[in-house]
Amino acid sequence: MLIKKAADIRPSEITPKSVYLNRRKFLAGAGTAGAAAALGIGLREAIAPSLTAHAGNKIDGIRKSPLSTTETVTPYKDVTHYNNYYEFATSKDEPAELAKHFRTRPWKVKIDGLVEKKQELDLDTILKMAPAEERIYRHRCVEGWSIVVPWVGFSLSELIKRVNPTSKAGFVEFTTILDKSQMPGQQRDVLEWPYVEGLRMDEAMHPLALLCFGMYGEELPNQDGAPLRIVLPWKYGFKSAKAIVRIRFTEKQPLNTWNISAPREYGFYANVNPNVDHPRWSQAKERRLGEFTKRPTLMFNGYDQVASLYSGMDLKKNF
Amino acid sequence: MPLGRLVWKGLHADLGANPIEAITHGTGDWTLTFLLLTLSITPLRKLTQQYWLIGLRRMLGLFAFFYGCLHLMTYVWLDKFFDVHEMLADIAKRRFITAGMTAFTLMIPLALTSTKWSIRKLGGKRWQALHRLIYFSAAAGVIHYIWLVKADLKKPLEYAFVLAALMLVRVVFWAARKSTAPNHSSTGLSKSGSLLSQ
Repeated sequence: MLIKKAADIRPSEITPKSVYLNRRKFLAGAGTAGAAAALGIGLREAIAPSLTAHAGNKIDGIRKSPLSTTETVTPYKDVTHYNNYYEFATSKDEPAELAKHFRTRPWKVKIDGLVEKKQELDLDTILKMAPAEERIYRHRCVEGWSIVVPWVGFSLSELIKRVNPTSKAGFVEFTTILDKSQMPGQQRDVLEWPYVEGLRMDEAMHPLALLCFGMYGEELPNQDGAPLRIVLPWKYGFKSAKAIVRIRFTEKQPLNTWNISAPREYGFYANVNPNVDHPRWSQAKERRLGEFTKRPTLMFNGYDQVASLYSGMDLKKNF
Repeated sequence: MPLGRLVWKGLHADLGANPIEAITHGTGDWTLTFLLLTLSITPLRKLTQQYWLIGLRRMLGLFAFFYGCLHLMTYVWLDKFFDVHEMLADIAKRRFITAGMTAFTLMIPLALTSTKWSIRKLGGKRWQALHRLIYFSAAAGVIHYIWLVKADLKKPLEYAFVLAALMLVRVVFWAARKSTAPNHSSTGLSKSGSLLSQ
């Protein structure tokens, strides 16, 4: 038993020092110099009225969450310089540069469809709906790589509860901003723009489903979906829509962009599933960034608590 | 050289967040590039009359094979960790792997018979016929790339376009020769002509 335990913690799983130190610094900042930090942010705001950004601004009063994993967090540099964001570019390193000047303020989110009151919510109104939590989640891309990210946000259900969908609402649809002038990737029709994603109501209401506006204790960097995105750790990454401007409640299952693009390859559910291969590659294993060998992919990316949402469903058909 | 650049970047941890992917893509890109460079020699030589270019062809072809080997090794070692069972399943099930393996396999006899001795042993004509396999290898390589990308076909289609252009030039030369051949009915001339042009 003891030996097994020791083997469980491999050297590669020890948090990189830079990450550890950053988090330390953040904690210190939040604790002792919280007010000063807030003042500093306010000052910066006043001088440069938020063109590019908020990325890099600390978020105060973040709570810890029991839903977090204890696995090693992927370094900030990797998460911010290796990700898919086709609105900016189809390569994984370019979004960091191309999203630099993306405007995330002012930002409004349209709430419509089957809700009691259609409305436009200002981002700041949304951010105040519930206390910010840190959720350290595994994130598995459909391409076969994975990362561990300390996201900041609160359960999507907090927003949904407040906007009162009608009893007819069976699904939620999320739309990413359409802005060709700011998003060079949208000038090419690699995918149908704007990007849309959807969830069944019970999926959206699951506590794991995160409405996210930060990571690593700071506001989201532009290339990772600022200012508002969703994070669904038990599904492949493409389900987690970024830069959301519209949340619509529908009776019928909404379409989702990758499904429109290649219906045989990307389904509506897109649950992480090692037993159902992508038609062109296996999903049995994944490469965790920073690791040499591949690790086995877990059912629902290891989030077994969502299994009951899909009981009785044929997950080979509903991939 | 590209390999030097890869090694340098590798040593300086400059291959990004997913170095193994960077190596896989890098070596794959260079294999295709060298295949297309090899295929460009004959048209270039004919168009420019610079006959010394032929001297580069073998080297370029062997570079293509070399990068092809590295590319295959990254797959066998860094992606599959020598899991033969998994690789066989891949080759049978995943058409982009099937295409890639075909492209590589077709290069093997070409690399093996790249010596002067082989040309002599096989005889010019047979050697040339064998080495036309490069057309199929390059085509399989491009198809391998097309079948592998998710949505953005830009890069593989660039390779496809260059390959198509290089093949088209060959067809044009071949048609031109065919149309002029009956005028010079001397078999000796057409024989030496075809030897020069291939």
